[in-house]
Amino acid sequence: MKEVTASMAGTVLNVLVEAGAAVASGQDLLMLESMKMEIPVESAYSGTVKEIKVQMGDFVNEGDVLVLLED
Amino acid sequence: MKKVLIANRGEIASRIIETCKQMGIETIAIFSDADQDLPYVKEADYSFRIGEAPVGKSYLLADSILELAVREGADAIHPGYGFLSENSDFVRKTEELGLLFIGPSSDVIEKMGDKVLARKTMMEAGIPVVPGSELDLDTLEQAAEKAEQIGYPVMLKASGGGGGIGMHLCQDKSDLEKVYASAKNRAKAYFGNDEVFIEKYIAESRHIEVQIFGDMHGNIVHLYERECSVQRRNQKVIEEAPSPSISEETRGKICKAAVQAALHVGYRNAGTVEFIMDDQEQFYFLEMNTRLQVEHRVTEMITGLDLVKWQILAARGETLPLNQGEIRKIGHAFEFRLYAEDPEKFIPSPGKLNVFTYPEPTGFILDRTYTEGNQITPFYDPLIAKAVVYGETRDAAMEKAAEVFKGMQIEGVNSNLPLFVKVIKDEEFKSGQYTTSLLKKSKIVG
Repeated sequence: MKEVTASMAGTVLNVLVEAGAAVASGQDLLMLESMKMEIPVESAYSGTVKEIKVQMGDFVNEGDVLVLLED
Repeated sequence: MKKVLIANRGEIASRIIETCKQMGIETIAIFSDADQDLPYVKEADYSFRIGEAPVGKSYLLADSILELAVREGADAIHPGYGFLSENSDFVRKTEELGLLFIGPSSDVIEKMGDKVLARKTMMEAGIPVVPGSELDLDTLEQAAEKAEQIGYPVMLKASGGGGGIGMHLCQDKSDLEKVYASAKNRAKAYFGNDEVFIEKYIAESRHIEVQIFGDMHGNIVHLYERECSVQRRNQKVIEEAPSPSISEETRGKICKAAVQAALHVGYRNAGTVEFIMDDQEQFYFLEMNTRLQVEHRVTEMITGLDLVKWQILAARGETLPLNQGEIRKIGHAFEFRLYAEDPEKFIPSPGKLNVFTYPEPTGFILDRTYTEGNQITPFYDPLIAKAVVYGETRDAAMEKAAEVFKGMQIEGVNSNLPLFVKVIKDEEFKSGQYTTSLLKKSKIVG
């Protein structure tokens, strides 16, 4: 299991993938809004989305787990 | 007006406090848990915690803010920029409580806040607008059809948007198909309104805006233009006044158009009419900002006027202090927005501002949100400070900027100070003949 975490605190603006989706390394998984800017959260790994831990509008802190991926 | 509550934070709260002090008006500041150590909190006569750090739990709590204002005996609200400043419901509630709102009427704010309605209103006023859709577009098919009529590239924009957020450049139909659904989702998330519209994308454009001012007696004046073409992520980074690239004839026309726009909507208080200008000096209405702007300082520098003072006078029902013929501009001013962000990728960089030093402010103004030792939190925009320089000529103002930056140190967070050092040496910037693509050029960024 691999975790994709937030690199900075912000609000989840948009979730771009669904559970079960195959994703490639470098693909944008969701958009965060922080300091009035839209910041894409990229997947550092390739794999399948097991679980999305957040939804649109959630406030997340730096280091929070956003998405779980499995090989 | 004896006591003003400032429904804002940071440098603009400090700016408003400065003028209120000079006018003998008491100030009430509000702060979130993240902002309790910021300079403006100490500068106000009274300060109150308003809530938790996220804006939805603090600076956007209209009812709590108004309750506090009434409880503490404020007789007016200054909204600053951003937050509730362009929220017509907030303005209405303020007025219903018998408090003065230092800004335009709720009707005008509402009309101009809806970008599609604003376009329509400006067309009625005889102001050229960017070719685009007259209605909100409900479906992708409608959007694609409209884009086809106008011709690609187009900008897909949120009707409730502004400030550079909620805009998507589409080079062709496949781009439009890709972004349409997410643009609507984001518009909904950001602005509570998923309506979108399309405008022709003008490449190699300049962004020029005109400061206008109205009073309650029907007088409208302009305070000349500002050039705001240095942008990243469709947001302004450097502004200057006057524009270095337009002819005297165009200056006359664009300022006149802005006054005409303001007259048409019965504008009062401070406002800005934003235009986009192509390489033939043809200009088109973009949007109207119904508030004081971040970059109002450059206008103050070249006109010698205090715009916050004018706002307070106009809100009190007084006649504007000067008529058009009495408003002069002298010299040249730049504003540099120092952001806590990566100077190349523009990713925000929150953290502790360990070092923030700068020369004694002579011949320039430093409006700061944070001071050395403050924590820059991720909850608000990354503006650390605005450095505003003045010179008798544009070259002299640039020399002043170089001197300020040479004596400035920012440590603990990334900042765009290195970007400014590069920009003021850039030949295109120095020539004054630049467009909104300036920062995209590889020799400045990267």
